Formats: sequence, structure tokens, C-alpha cells
Amino acid sequence: MMDGVATIPPFEAFYSQHADEVLSVLRRKLGRDRAEDAFQETFLRALRAYGRLRHGEHLRAWVLTIASNVATDVHRRAAATAHMPEVAHEDGRPAYEEIAGLTDGLPPKERAAVVLRYGYDLTYDEIAAAIGSSPVAARQAASSGVRRLRAASEGRTP
Amino acid sequence: MTVPAELDRRFREAAVRAGLLDAGYDVVDSPIGPLLLAASDHGLLRISFQRDRSPEEALEQITRAAGRHVLRAPRAVDDARRELDEYFAGRRSSFDLSIDLRGATEFTAGVLGELARVPYGQTVTYAELAARVGRPRAARAVGTVMNRNRIPIVLPCHRVVGSDGSLTGYAGGLDVKEQLLRLEGAIL
Repeated sequence: MMDGVATIPPFEAFYSQHADEVLSVLRRKLGRDRAEDAFQETFLRALRAYGRLRHGEHLRAWVLTIASNVATDVHRRAAATAHMPEVAHEDGRPAYEEIAGLTDGLPPKERAAVVLRYGYDLTYDEIAAAIGSSPVAARQAASSGVRRLRAASEGRTP
Repeated sequence: MTVPAELDRRFREAAVRAGLLDAGYDVVDSPIGPLLLAASDHGLLRISFQRDRSPEEALEQITRAAGRHVLRAPRAVDDARRELDEYFAGRRSSFDLSIDLRGATEFTAGVLGELARVPYGQTVTYAELAARVGRPRAARAVGTVMNRNRIPIVLPCHRVVGSDGSLTGYAGGLDVKEQLLRLEGAIL
């Protein structure tokens, strides 16, 4: 270029040039399946921002930064919806393993609420999202499950 | 590029659906050789004869016409491709496509509007077309508009001929102009 600043290529050229590398970076970070959605999201974000570019330098670094941000968002979303932290119990067994066996006799919703609350240490908001109910209903299901367990351990019906 | 074809196709379609493109384009085969079709949200933007052009030249052409948000996106030109296929198969005599004429001068838009009304299978001279837009002495300017027509075939500049009936000129080559007029039955 005459003025030493790279001009911005048509989006097609930019996409063709970087698609392979973006996909392989995302596969490394997210695995094959999740990389596909993230790939589309990365280039849609790039397309949305493309009009704001002032020059065509560092486009590779630019799009890899976007890909990295998308991967971080994917991880964050996964953590918010499905992440099951392993809350270790004193004897070293994960709490969810221990509690799962104890709750076998509970109605399904109460069992799910109890296991998620005391086995996985999720909040009631997270439990509500996981079992498809409201946080209030999740709290009620967990406490009624606990009452039922207590009654069972004392040899009576609640 | 080694991105799986299905993933590549999904991204290109998503870009069209999201309305993020200045233009989507594709190169399609036709009996008169490969044609570059490009469309914006406003309609068909360009049809260009690709016989002697590289894909890079085609891309550059579209970028100049539309802006830098251009992507090969077959979905964006689906309607144009289908209607052109029907036209070349002899099953369609008029086009029902939105045309993006943004940026055209009033004179150019007027001439192209009249041009669009020249029926299938008929010809008109430059002078007659000039008269129809109320500028009977502007045959030469009409010739320039034909010469720069960005949407040939659909805006049928192949139906415009010299006063002596000669084919004069055509961006796609005189043989293509003759082929189109023959297809329409204007030349036997």
C-alpha cells in the first residue's frame, strides 16, 4: 500500500483467509461439537464489527481475540447452566454420590432438588433452571424432600 | 479452506438472515457462461458476465458497488437464480425481481425504467428509447446507460439495437446478445 496502511479486504476475503484457523482454535478450546456454534458466533460478531475497522492491519489477531471471547462466553454459559461442582465430603467421596443413594425413595422432583442443593451445592435459582420450576418451588421441593428423608430415618411417615 | 461445507453454508446463511451484508453473491452457470449475481436487502444489485474474470475480480467488483460487507451467499440470490434458470429454459418472459438502483441518477433510473418495459422478443432502437424518456436527442446518452447497465438480462439492454437494426455492442459480447435475442425469438 502506498501509505503503508493495509486496506480492509472484502469480508469474503477476510473470512476465507481466517476460517480454518479460527475453527481449529475453537476446537482446541471447546471440543468439536461446541466449536461449530462458536465458529458461527465468532464470524457473526466480526461481521457486525467489520464496519468499525479503521484499517486492515492485525486482522488475524483481531478475529482470534473475538474467537477467544466467544469461547470464554461458551464456558461461562456452560458453568451457569450445567456446571456441577464436586463438593467433596469429609470421607473424600463427592457429596452428590453419597446423597444420591440416600434419596432414592423420594418423588422425582424432590429428589432432584435435594441432590442439586445438598449434593452439588447449587443455588435455588440454578436448581429452578435445571428442573424447570421457580426458585420458590425449588426451595419447597428441597425442604419437603429433606423432611421426608428425616422422617424416613426416624422410622415414621412425614 | 478446510472448514466443513455444512458449517460454512450455515454461517453464510446466518449472515444473510441477520441482515448484516451489503451484498450476498454467487457465481452461477448459464447457457451464456458463468454469471455473477449479487443482491442487497433492496434487491438485485448486479449481474455480471464472468467469462474472462477471476473470482478475485468478481469480488472486487461487488465490493466497489456495494461496500465491504460482501460474502458469497447463494441464499441471497436464490430468487434471481431461479428466475434466470426459467428464462434460459424458455419458461419465463418477464422478471419479477426487486432491483436495487440506489445511486443511479434520475436520467439513468428513467432510462432503465423504460428499458424494463420493452417486451420479451422485441427490440427498440437507442433513439426510440431516448424518445420514450422524453429526451429524443439523447440517443448517445441512452447508449452510455446501456453500456453501464449493471443488471443485464433482467434489465434487457440486449433488446436495444442500432437504427439500422445492427446489434452494435454488448458487455457480454455480441455473440451473447445474439444468443439472447435468438432465445426470445427476436432473431430467427
